[in-house]
Amino acid sequence: MTTWAPVEYTGVAELRGPLMVVRGTRGVGWDEYASIELESGEHRHGLVLEVDRDLAVVQVLEGTAGVRARGTRVTFTGSPLRIPVGAAWQGRVCNGRGRPLDSGPPVFGMTDAAVTGLPLNPTLREPPADPVLTGVSAIDALTTLVRGQKIALFSSGGLPHLELAAQVAAQAHTGGAPFSVVFAAMGLTHADAARVRDALEERSSAGELTLLLNLADDPVIERLLTPRLALTIAEHLAFTMGRHVLAVLADMTSYCEALREVSSARGEIPARRAYPGYLYSDLASIYERCGRVRGLPGSITVLPVLSMPAGDITHPVPDLTGYITEGQILLTRDVASYPHIDPLASLSRMMRAGVGGGRTRPEHMDLATQILAALARARQAGELAELVGERALSITDRRYLAMAEAFELRLLAQRGDESRSLEETFNRAWQVVSVLPRRELSMLDPETLDAHYREEP
Amino acid sequence: MGTVTRVNGPLVEVEGLAGAAMFELVGLGPHGLPGEIVSLRGDRATVQAYEYTGGLSPGHSVEHRGSPLSALLGPHLLGGVFDGLLRPLTGAGMWLDPATPVPAHSARVWRFTPLVEEGRAAGPGTAIGSVESAGSPPYLVLSPGGEVSAIRPAGIYSADAQVAVVGGAEVTLIRRRPVRQALPYVSRLESVIPFTTGQRVIDLLLPVPLGGTVAVPGGFGTGKTVLLQQIAKWCEADVVVYIGCGERGNEMADVVAELGELTDPRTGGRLGERTVVIANTSNMPMMAREASIYTGVTVAEHFRDMGYDVVVIADSTSRWAEARREFASRSGALPAEEGYPADLASALAAFYERAGRVTTLGGATGSVTIIGAVSPPGGDLTEPVTTQTERFVRALWALDRDLAYARHYPAVSWGGSFSRDADVLMAGSPDAAARRARVAGLLDEAGRLATLAELVGAATLPARERVVLLGGRLLREGFLRQSSLSLLDAFCRPGRTAMLADALLAVIERCQDLVDHGIPVASIEERDFSPVLRAKDAAEEEIMARRDTVLDDLETLR
Repeated sequence: MTTWAPVEYTGVAELRGPLMVVRGTRGVGWDEYASIELESGEHRHGLVLEVDRDLAVVQVLEGTAGVRARGTRVTFTGSPLRIPVGAAWQGRVCNGRGRPLDSGPPVFGMTDAAVTGLPLNPTLREPPADPVLTGVSAIDALTTLVRGQKIALFSSGGLPHLELAAQVAAQAHTGGAPFSVVFAAMGLTHADAARVRDALEERSSAGELTLLLNLADDPVIERLLTPRLALTIAEHLAFTMGRHVLAVLADMTSYCEALREVSSARGEIPARRAYPGYLYSDLASIYERCGRVRGLPGSITVLPVLSMPAGDITHPVPDLTGYITEGQILLTRDVASYPHIDPLASLSRMMRAGVGGGRTRPEHMDLATQILAALARARQAGELAELVGERALSITDRRYLAMAEAFELRLLAQRGDESRSLEETFNRAWQVVSVLPRRELSMLDPETLDAHYREEP
Repeated sequence: MGTVTRVNGPLVEVEGLAGAAMFELVGLGPHGLPGEIVSLRGDRATVQAYEYTGGLSPGHSVEHRGSPLSALLGPHLLGGVFDGLLRPLTGAGMWLDPATPVPAHSARVWRFTPLVEEGRAAGPGTAIGSVESAGSPPYLVLSPGGEVSAIRPAGIYSADAQVAVVGGAEVTLIRRRPVRQALPYVSRLESVIPFTTGQRVIDLLLPVPLGGTVAVPGGFGTGKTVLLQQIAKWCEADVVVYIGCGERGNEMADVVAELGELTDPRTGGRLGERTVVIANTSNMPMMAREASIYTGVTVAEHFRDMGYDVVVIADSTSRWAEARREFASRSGALPAEEGYPADLASALAAFYERAGRVTTLGGATGSVTIIGAVSPPGGDLTEPVTTQTERFVRALWALDRDLAYARHYPAVSWGGSFSRDADVLMAGSPDAAARRARVAGLLDEAGRLATLAELVGAATLPARERVVLLGGRLLREGFLRQSSLSLLDAFCRPGRTAMLADALLAVIERCQDLVDHGIPVASIEERDFSPVLRAKDAAEEEIMARRDTVLDDLETLR
């Protein structure tokens, strides 16, 4: 095959929102990567959204502000976007397109990979198993992250979901197995980004972190690339280098808004709340890149973080995310202490495969179920107490209220920089259930109770 | 040969395809990506592509395949995992790359046994041979109709080897059939036979017949997939076609792993051997998701024609509808409700209409039962896919978020669901009809009273009504709830279902009788009902003894 010098096109026919229509193109493929040189010499980048005879519609990642129809030159790379992959990404801080922000050299790798990724053959998937421990008691005890799982962090305005995501990214580990974090930040404010960088400083200098930062004032369309970049890097770390990777994607609501912006500029028929009809498939093409592969040592655990506009869980972004992910961790203002996790509305669907003897502790699943059942009963008792007064409750119900209080104070509440060992989390969990009389603990078997239950006077 | 003129994701426009037909298959570009013609104007065609079209550009050539989108049907289906176009995934690479497609069928060989002799006539659709090694049940090779002029002796043959010549036509173990057209049959059967799912709430309250259609709507987290997987594992069908249409990859991995481990209580073989899995996960190409529903039903009809009872489980039809919406929007069709194309209702109706219990061409009796999951966005049951589906199905098993949050599984809402065949199914057995009426009546009344009790407090209700509340609780906990993890409880035979219901009804009746004789209701509510509540985890012989334990205990109150 002959390699042709790239053809430069100058026929920019139309500029609209983030879109640029180039006329006179030949042989440009769909989803190809383009580089754009402005009259000023500035370089921008784009992806081909549609080709129609000699017209190519390009979405410009850095936006079209300041682009002139005349004097702009566009070249197409001849293939969908590929990036170098490899260990060189670890310890680096880059922008949303993978350009260094840390004054280091551009990232090179021995091999490259397409950022859109390819679907993993479902017959070669290994069902998720074994935990990713986060050092956050409420998560480790009740909604354990399982290697290869995707689980979302739902939050609403004013809650510290970024702090929690950064804390999880900073503390998470898989026992002694090689572990890496890829953190993709989309639409973060400078203050938030600085805090995330601080929290992850240690992990970064240990060479276990790749940080991709797309800030609130960075080009909006660039955000469409950021999570895909992160997962392409993660796939290589996991399936070629055999590492366990935690990919944190924050904030997916900002990502979806960028997608909506492009969709509306293209005049597509909108679905719910003007999000495009393909939002589900688009999100799935990101979240589904989690997993484990039969016969290979590594894993990718995906933790999308998203803020629910107006706290509405039926908003398309959390709703479609919930349909794809295998559980959610929900933050709520009703819980007064950090990390504000609502234990009853949170759920890790894969938890059973991640905990138990040889993984965490033999009694883990029963203990978690017991705590949740007790909290549910305590909530009912609490509602009743608001109507009739706490003194009118039965003695047992009052013990349940005390247990719920102990849960929040001793197990859930935690400092943002405090990492708890599994042992400490379990000690605290047993203290919490020990507030209840032993006869109420029907989900734990007698031997386990003999070993761990110490009734509080 | 045609030429690509426009590419917009899965929508490709092609010109120069003179003589092409609607729904004909084409190969796009250098990799020959499969696509299907969905509209024609002059020699210009609109094609929906079944693979990722990255890199495809105007000027690339397009090849006619000369046939509509078809599925390759054969003995390799049972126990296999396939993509939406029925290409095997077992044996394909780790990453599914459209540039390196997998072979359509493996080089495996099969043990063929002839069932007819040379020179005899074999009517169309009758079995002329069988393949025993293809999983359970036996795979039958059907006659195209005519005189058997040659048939091979029993032996080992490859899938595409000629095993017979019937009516001048060559017969191999495999055949190709268009997927968008229903396979023919002689007539639909009127009589109804219950389809046993092994889930008590369904088999007693919301039964469906073989050949029936069911929709299962439920928001996320309501246990839709777990329920469908339970049915796929334990229902009484000869063949199960499980279509994972735009759902999670990890779940598909789980289904395949579990089916491979579990034993079929009816045949002693592995459950996987009676199952065909079509896995089109949510990150696989979207338009293959649209096709997967049709390939799945075609596979089911193929086994129906052998005289088997087949159930198709499609999780989820909403993703299929969304794929259609996505394509309609790209091709500029005017949207109807919520952006869905105007033919949504007719497409749904046509899909569910492929279910039925029929007399096959060969004179056997077979059935296709369709269970379609619906994933309403935001749990909103008034959205178009849910409302349109409800019009065409014979039964609805609606999943309820409140039940799921209370960890009540299966979270089938007995009030919000329906079965239009229940009365006909129960017509032959007055006992069963009475049992169903009694359980449904109690649950209904208990539900109504519970709302009232929340306002005025249960203590203020009359004794008889408090027993109804108690009865509702006993039925919910001791009968409707069913564990998917306990081996004894995961599948409940119809006889056992009836026995459990009768045991609980007897206890409730006794309670009613006691309050009628002036026993204070509070003392009844305090009794220990756990023997009957846990009867579902007990051996069948024990159920009546457990009922008697509770009845005797209640008698001590007199």
